[in-house]
Amino acid sequence: MSLFDPGLNLSAYYPGTLPPEWPGGYWIHWGVFVVIILAFVLLMAMGFIWLERREVGRFQARLGPNRVGPFGVLQPVADAIKVLTKEDIIPAKGDKLVYWLAPVVAFVPVLMVFAVVPFQDGALLADLNIGILYVVAISSVSVVGVFMAGWSSNNKYSLLGAMRAVSQLVSYEIPLGLSILGVVVLAGSLSLNSIVEAQHIPFILLQPLGFLIYMAAAAAEINRTPFDLLEADSEIVAGFHTEYSGMKFALFYLVEYCEVLAVSVIVTTLFLAGWKGPLLPPLLWFLIKVFGVFTVIVWVRATVPRLRVDQVMAFAWKCLLPLALINLLITGIQVLVWPEVLPWAVVFLNLAIMVVLILLWSKFFKLGGGRVEV
Amino acid sequence: MGLVIAFWVLAVVGIAAALAVVLLRDIFRAALSLVLCFLAVAGIYVTLSADFLAAVQVLIYVGAISVLIILAIMLTREVKRGSPSGRLRVPALVVAILFLGTVVFALVNTSWRISSVSPLVPTTAAIGGSLFGEGGFILPVEIAAVLLLAAVVGAIVLVREK
Repeated sequence: MSLFDPGLNLSAYYPGTLPPEWPGGYWIHWGVFVVIILAFVLLMAMGFIWLERREVGRFQARLGPNRVGPFGVLQPVADAIKVLTKEDIIPAKGDKLVYWLAPVVAFVPVLMVFAVVPFQDGALLADLNIGILYVVAISSVSVVGVFMAGWSSNNKYSLLGAMRAVSQLVSYEIPLGLSILGVVVLAGSLSLNSIVEAQHIPFILLQPLGFLIYMAAAAAEINRTPFDLLEADSEIVAGFHTEYSGMKFALFYLVEYCEVLAVSVIVTTLFLAGWKGPLLPPLLWFLIKVFGVFTVIVWVRATVPRLRVDQVMAFAWKCLLPLALINLLITGIQVLVWPEVLPWAVVFLNLAIMVVLILLWSKFFKLGGGRVEV
Repeated sequence: MGLVIAFWVLAVVGIAAALAVVLLRDIFRAALSLVLCFLAVAGIYVTLSADFLAAVQVLIYVGAISVLIILAIMLTREVKRGSPSGRLRVPALVVAILFLGTVVFALVNTSWRISSVSPLVPTTAAIGGSLFGEGGFILPVEIAAVLLLAAVVGAIVLVREK
């Protein structure tokens, strides 16, 4: 039995994930959820663009976009129309086929991440047994799109930006995966729906260090400030998408916000108990948590100054990687030997461990001061 | 039926991409074809109900190894258009024909058995058990770990200043 078999009874294949009154068969399920996911991703990405501009405006003591529509909510629509009607320029000596394919290759994997995200109990496209591994694997493909863009532009700044992208992505993938492993060990499953169901206490309390490592590594993976080295106007112009314009640029811009959305959704699912919550309907809880995580990401962007290239790499290898390994070791020991009757004691123990470890690392870990250390 | 269609589509894509890797003159496009080939192989794993293997194939081969290959291409100047002809054409041809002969011989002479047992769900527990459980492959896993550690230490020693 496989995912490709259309005669499949879904409720039997994924027991407990679909309500029994779910109408229609296999293909209807796919069709409905593909439409839901597309609408969700596009609407939320536009919402995030507006929200980020408004929030950063508040942080910087200005208003932000407030002219188009009430509170400027239609600003992303106006921007989209503006970008779509611009001239589409292709570099004369670039590799045209690769140049054309690059935004697509960058966009498709980000969209595919949402296939395994539970919006509420069992409401997801495919409850894969390897859910979170699928997310990590699929999101590592989009770096190929960045590469293609940087290479095919035939521009040295694009190429340099793409090379920065790859060194950063490859380095931060390791602490990212290790911090997820802590959650997987606690939940005993890779499926995102089972991980949410396993969270009687949200895993942010049981895994405070893992949560911080994940947030830092994910911010680097999606090139948010303080790790946004791909787009450095004074060094490499706009990085890998310097030459892009019109619709293709819009697609890269959309990829950026879809990635932020993906990270917010994954953090919500892994650490904040997903759709679980009292009183309000599950879907609403899910959306509230996603917006909360996104606000924290914007807050970090508005507060923390950006790092230099060498500092970014040193931070990944000398700080995040050892901390993630220690976190995984501690989690494994706790799962094996900790008595079941004391769930709250472990929360305080882990918080204390997190504080001690972070203080310790900040003592003997220096970011090179004013010198460039390679 | 769906499985058969998926298999043939993936097989044709995979072989076409593999041919493109060898035949394309543009070395960057050849590397991209290699990515496509790896993805098609991952798709074939999915049709075989080996979901864990498929995800790891994408993670390791597409996300890491192809990226390293492309990075090496980017660091190499003056190979942007066309691969230069080497002096070792004839020995390469001999080795390639020998390799092809071996593979075809192995394919033809193996009796391919199709298991009637339905695939395991989930596969991760079974893989973990056979890698780390009793009577499993714990020794090869540890040997591989030591080998990788040695490689990492060696790389650090090689690039170290002084």
